Amino acid sequence: MSGPNTSFDPKQVAVLSAEAVATMVTAALLATSAAPDLGALKAVRLAHAGDRSPLAVANRDIGALPPAAKAEVGKRVGEARGVVTAALDARQEELERARDEFALAEEFVDVTLPTVRNPLGARHPLTTVMERICDVFIAMGYDIAEGPEAEAEWINFDALNVPPDHPARTMQDTFYVTSPESGVVLRTQTSPIQIRAMLDRPLPIYVVAPGRVYRTDELDATHTPVFHQVEGLAVDEGLTMGDLKGTLDHFAQEMFGPGIVTRLRPSYFPFTEPSAELDVQCFVCRGASVDKPERPCRSCGNQGWIEWGGCGMVNPRVLRAVGIDSSKYRGFAFGMGIERTLMFRNGVTDMRDMVEGDARFSLAFGLDS
Amino acid sequence: MRAPVSWLRELVDIPVDQSGRDIAARLIRVGLEVETVETVGGGVTGALYLGKVLQIEELTEFKKPIRWCQVDVGTPGGGIHGIICGAQNFVVGDIVVVALPGTVLPGGFEITSRETYGHISDGMICSERELALSEEHDGIMVLPTGTAGADAGPIIGVGEEVLDIAVTPDRGYALSLRGIARELAISYGLPFRDPGLSVADLLAPGADAAPAQCGSDDFEACALFTLRTIVGFNPKAASPQWMKQRLTAAGMRPVSLAVDVTNYVMHELGQPLHAFDLDKLSGPVRAGWAEPGSILETLDHVTRELGPDDLVILDNDGIVGLAGTMGGLDSEIDDDTTSIALEAAHFAANVVARMSRRHKLSSEASRRFERGVDRTLAPYASARAAALLIEYGGGHYVGMTAVEAPYEPMVISMPSREPAAVAGMPIEADVVVGLLEAVGCQVLSIDNQLEVAAPPWRSDLTDPADLVEEVVRLVGYDLLPSTLPVAAAGHGLSKSQRLKRLIGLTLAARGSVEVLNYPFVGADELADLQLAVGDIRRSRVRLANPLSDQQPYLRASLLPGLLATVRRNAGRGLNDLSIFEVGAVFQGECDQPPPRPSVLMRPSADEWAALNALLPSQPVHLGVVLAGERELASWWGPAQSQGFADAIQLAQVVADVIGTEITIGQGHDEVFHPGRCAGIECAGQSVGVAGELHPRVIQAWSLPARSSALELDLDALIAAAPDLRSAPVVSSHPVAKEDLAVVVPDSVTAAAVLQALGSGAGELLESIRLFDIYRGPQVPAGCYSMAVALRFRAPDRTLTAEETARARQGAINRAAADCGAVIRGA
Ligand SMILES: [Zn+2]
Repeated sequence: MSGPNTSFDPKQVAVLSAEAVATMVTAALLATSAAPDLGALKAVRLAHAGDRSPLAVANRDIGALPPAAKAEVGKRVGEARGVVTAALDARQEELERARDEFALAEEFVDVTLPTVRNPLGARHPLTTVMERICDVFIAMGYDIAEGPEAEAEWINFDALNVPPDHPARTMQDTFYVTSPESGVVLRTQTSPIQIRAMLDRPLPIYVVAPGRVYRTDELDATHTPVFHQVEGLAVDEGLTMGDLKGTLDHFAQEMFGPGIVTRLRPSYFPFTEPSAELDVQCFVCRGASVDKPERPCRSCGNQGWIEWGGCGMVNPRVLRAVGIDSSKYRGFAFGMGIERTLMFRNGVTDMRDMVEGDARFSLAFGLDS
Repeated sequence: MRAPVSWLRELVDIPVDQSGRDIAARLIRVGLEVETVETVGGGVTGALYLGKVLQIEELTEFKKPIRWCQVDVGTPGGGIHGIICGAQNFVVGDIVVVALPGTVLPGGFEITSRETYGHISDGMICSERELALSEEHDGIMVLPTGTAGADAGPIIGVGEEVLDIAVTPDRGYALSLRGIARELAISYGLPFRDPGLSVADLLAPGADAAPAQCGSDDFEACALFTLRTIVGFNPKAASPQWMKQRLTAAGMRPVSLAVDVTNYVMHELGQPLHAFDLDKLSGPVRAGWAEPGSILETLDHVTRELGPDDLVILDNDGIVGLAGTMGGLDSEIDDDTTSIALEAAHFAANVVARMSRRHKLSSEASRRFERGVDRTLAPYASARAAALLIEYGGGHYVGMTAVEAPYEPMVISMPSREPAAVAGMPIEADVVVGLLEAVGCQVLSIDNQLEVAAPPWRSDLTDPADLVEEVVRLVGYDLLPSTLPVAAAGHGLSKSQRLKRLIGLTLAARGSVEVLNYPFVGADELADLQLAVGDIRRSRVRLANPLSDQQPYLRASLLPGLLATVRRNAGRGLNDLSIFEVGAVFQGECDQPPPRPSVLMRPSADEWAALNALLPSQPVHLGVVLAGERELASWWGPAQSQGFADAIQLAQVVADVIGTEITIGQGHDEVFHPGRCAGIECAGQSVGVAGELHPRVIQAWSLPARSSALELDLDALIAAAPDLRSAPVVSSHPVAKEDLAVVVPDSVTAAAVLQALGSGAGELLESIRLFDIYRGPQVPAGCYSMAVALRFRAPDRTLTAEETARARQGAINRAAADCGAVIRGA
């Protein structure tokens, strides 16, 4: 920027023509667009917009112009400088973007390379099925009850109305701890948890109890000496077999899908009276395979129903053994095998897969089942 | 229990269009579990004819005797056929069963006309096994009578349907045709012809010989004993064909007329019977308890030692049978028996059950007595058997002697509305009464209260609930409504249940695989763990009847099972592995005498405590075993092994997940590497151990080298977890960072130094982090240097340089005092 016009000398300064300014601008714009990279553009900027550039010199000379020309020339030069600076800035941005894109392109990687350095583990599907069952019942207001695996024989049998001479108590079925007279067995069912729940909890009682149980069976494709059951127990005023049926229907739908129903068949368990076998409708064919050998159903063997467990109304003798007034309270109970549930629900065909601990088996299920 | 349909049809007029499967469906609906419906000779298609043997030519030029027979199969079968036969047990004139060309026998064997042994054999003379009637193949079937050309199927029982029923322990009455037919009659709404009440019309006894006398020493164990005497019996008499067929279809092998008759009547009525050879008995026969040290050889040729818990049948010379279980060999009926003493008695279910269990002897008789036999049936069944013996074996009976305790039926009082209330659907009082009467009860109604006398064959009916079940099952469980009760407000998962789920999820998300091992361990496995005598992990809880004598103990630690599972996985090619288990371990002893509280009332607090005191301690543990590589080699770099630090880190992770504070110190444990084992404590108590397994353990278990493990008492950790976690003060003031390096003797642990620095830094310290360890020429021998980053922050202000420096110096001073630490470069 020149100083105030105090040394006006018309002889030294000719009025800058429009043509001359246009020539300067054209030269600057040509050079700008021709600059191949940021370094070249820097030189162009210096040459055409720097202090010694023709337009800068022209600008400085304005001060020496006669006052009548000052305004016109000043406007002309000012506009020209604006055009050149804008062009330089635009080119600058263009070249910077190109530089950045090149640099990023250099950083290209193959994103399809395997990235799982620490693969996921797995929970055992028996565990997740039990948790799923617990969640279904928690949603209905039930609590989860527990009990020990080495259990008092009195709790496992006597209190459940299985008298001392009952065939179920033979050593062909039951693991006795220490000796047959020790009074301690490995629980043969989750039902002793019913006794514990009724002795420990205030009425009314609504609990389910998943857990490990033991029978003296050798391991093969369909048997295991150590397996899992879930037990359900409700004790309240006015409970009915209809309530038992409705609870099981809801449970079956949550486990196997909407519309799946259960079927009760009369049976016998010492701790329930009346007692029933519990079948669940085949969720694969929904009964459509029955009497249709041309439509085999592996899930139910064309039966339409799958045996799932046992249930019934809590035997008043059991209520008496835990001091519950059976003239006021009634109960229902049910139990089913978790291994069996997993077998037909998830298509496990060999019991040994569930007990051997081969990591590939559980990994196939991940964290849910 | 096998029930031939034709036998059922004798007792109930089941509509002719009902197939075996239809009948089975009816029985299943009322609670008899029909497992299969079989058809006798089910594999036969095409006709079978009765044929009369007209001529037999013995062919002797072959290695075995062969017969060339001319058999007349009548007009329906196309007259006389020449048939080659290898059997020898028939003569000219016998009636045999013939399959002609075109007929297919079981196993897909099609009869064709073919040349064999020099003749065209135009058919086959059949044995029982060839028709799948039984396993009998000692010759072909020879029928006592018959007309050539008659359809043989119905005569020999081919096409007979047989139901196989799994009878539950409460329904002893269903171990008889009588019991099953009664259920069927109710199910179809048809009348039932009770064979148990219609067979008492026996001929009057003869007086030419005195009947054998009988008795019972204990009416609790034997409430009814009858002995019926038959003389002049023909021991050579054969059982009728129909009886043999029925017994075969029912799954019993025909033996001799006397044995077949007792089996037949037992199957029909449910009353076990025993036939003695009267001439082998000496004096009166009675039921009584065995003397200690007695011996009896039973019919199965086993010599059994008996004692005062065995109820036996005695004569003057000693024991002649195990009551309700099996007869003795010495008094058995044989080919010369002409005088029979027929025992029919009622023995107590628990007495027979105990004997059967003690002697590991389950017979058709003991199965029925264990489940309950009709209390009053014995004389009727005895009469039925005697009638059959006399009809087919000749002779006559000379009377029956009997002793019996007074019999009072069980009377149960039940409100008539009870079945409806329990079922949750309307059942009218007259329906209740009708169904109870149909099962055999006598019902006396007083207002709305029913007085119900149970029939003598239903020893299972003792309580109102039993009557409810009878009514509801016969109304039909399929008619029950489906209603949902409203449960009381629940509590969700307990803290322990919630935290165990969190731990399982966390470990799985970090790459560990959950397993569920059997809790059985053996002495060898414990030895391979190098456990010292007295180590709590040395199992002391032992099974009385283990599946394998190699593994009689219950685990006191999760490690044996986990190590075995790692080995199994490695054997299958999975060497890089992290597995975990959450499960109970069994510690302590079971050596208290067991209390047996009454089941008639709630156990007292003392009784309940005594019951629980019987049990071993069963804490839930977490076990983890790490083997091989945690991160495999790939484009990102070389493989990373998992070792002691990973095991210890998991202990810390588990504690952090549930919010329990633990301390990790140098540990000592026989299972672990002596220099690479961490002891884990919580509130001053040991809660577990983690580190690298001892090389000798690794070798003994054939595990991948440098496998590591962790075992924690989860119950203890969870008990120490906070119920509630408090919010922190999150300061937005600037952080002041100070790095420093201290030199400490090798004998001082890093944890001790970090602890000292942390506590010396004061409450302005926000975090402390070790970022380097150095050993080498820059520090004195026997020492190492720890480089630590400290972060200071105040909740309410920006710290001044002086404050930060003071805190830093406090840390250094405490480390110097507690650990002999020297600031490096100072
Ligand atoms: Zn199906």
